[in-house]
Amino acid sequence: MRMYGDHEFPGKLFIVEGIDGSGKSTQLSLLQQWLRREGYMVFFSEWNSSPLVKETTRRGKRKQMLTPTTFSLLHATDLADRIERHIIPPLKAGAIVLADRYIYTAFGRDTARGVSPRWVRELYRFAVKPTIAFYFRVPLDVSLKRILSARAGLKYYEAGMDIGLSDDLEESFELFQGMISRKYEEMIDEFGLRVIDATRSIEEQQNEVRAIVERELVDVPKRPLPTRPTMNFDLEEE
Amino acid sequence: MESRNNNHRFEFYGEGIPGVELSELRGRLIVIEGPDGVGRSTQVSMLKPWLESNGHAVLDTGMTRSALAGKGIKQAKAGITLGPISLTLFYATDFADRLENEMIPALRAGFIVLTDRYIYSLIARAIVRGLDRSFIKACYGLALKPDAVFYLRSNVGGLIPRVLSSPAGFDYWESGMDMHLGNDLYDSFAEYQSRMLSVFDSMIDEYGFEVIDATQPIDVIYRNLQRRIGRHLRELY
Repeated sequence: MRMYGDHEFPGKLFIVEGIDGSGKSTQLSLLQQWLRREGYMVFFSEWNSSPLVKETTRRGKRKQMLTPTTFSLLHATDLADRIERHIIPPLKAGAIVLADRYIYTAFGRDTARGVSPRWVRELYRFAVKPTIAFYFRVPLDVSLKRILSARAGLKYYEAGMDIGLSDDLEESFELFQGMISRKYEEMIDEFGLRVIDATRSIEEQQNEVRAIVERELVDVPKRPLPTRPTMNFDLEEE
Repeated sequence: MESRNNNHRFEFYGEGIPGVELSELRGRLIVIEGPDGVGRSTQVSMLKPWLESNGHAVLDTGMTRSALAGKGIKQAKAGITLGPISLTLFYATDFADRLENEMIPALRAGFIVLTDRYIYSLIARAIVRGLDRSFIKACYGLALKPDAVFYLRSNVGGLIPRVLSSPAGFDYWESGMDMHLGNDLYDSFAEYQSRMLSVFDSMIDEYGFEVIDATQPIDVIYRNLQRRIGRHLRELY
């Protein structure tokens, strides 16, 4: 069993982290499009998406039967399934794997819920250490404005209602996001997170992300899909 | 308020579960462990009415039945879709759900919790499948240390009659078929269970198992368990 930091693969793993409304998913999707266009094999994996575990998580959330401990264990099960199925095999094949949220999301949320920081770190020791972990840092008021103006409704666990911060959904969400944001700040040095200033323009952030990623791709093979038509709509060749 | 309970106090193996006040747990936790086909559930079904007739409230419980994850695990096993790490963590989720929502509330209410298997079977399965011991141990740092763990110990030959007495015969998972150890169910069962037995044996000292020779007749094992459990519960009378 290989542990965090022990894995060696020809592929690369880039992950994005940040509180809700930091813009990380937008950035990852732009990165994905660029990498595909450059001819790399790219595989995308999303937090909490393993089909089998997802059903249990959904039931647990709907019936509000999750405790901080089982919430944590279920998400670890989900990632383990995706690591075994969606992350390690593509990395072995020399692909670039992109993950929207990773173990640091669990460390932030679960410890904000009162789970022991040491235990949750042990739980995720099976995880592959990312090539680069990007942390999109944004002031709380900015992210809250983005989220609360765009969303129909906040969900119970997402707002941290299970730990009783406030009876008001929105207030609970704000408090919970603040706690998670502080946890991220503490993890920057611990895990060497690459901080991206998420208050800048989308384009500026993407340029920085691409520059950082590009440096890691020296020996990664390009294998464009043979059937894909070449689309030459980007005329501004650099 | 109950002086007889003053010197009894539960502990967690490791980091434990947030929000559980250990001093509120007034019951006792008794574990029957051992391999597949050793006769654990037979003993539990005899011990429960005996304990109740002696005035104890008893919660009997077993693995893979939690309201949260039981169904998902059954589906996973039916389709054999999970790898060893995710299956281990799914079992841990199921265990944690039962610990928090069944066992701990019962212990709080002063019940004797009599459980058919606990974390040790789950740990053994994971170790046999190549998972790191320190990783598994840290995961199960959430578990309560039981008051007693009775390890029904047998050999591979001793497990087979009970397995064959069920209409289904050799079971895919009890034979470790996911590990590709043998050409057929019997070969695989024999190899898998002998590995499981040696892992169980390796845990005797570490977890303080009370070893019971399960190659003996059922009633001899039963009387042995009654005597030993009686000793653990004497302070409750």
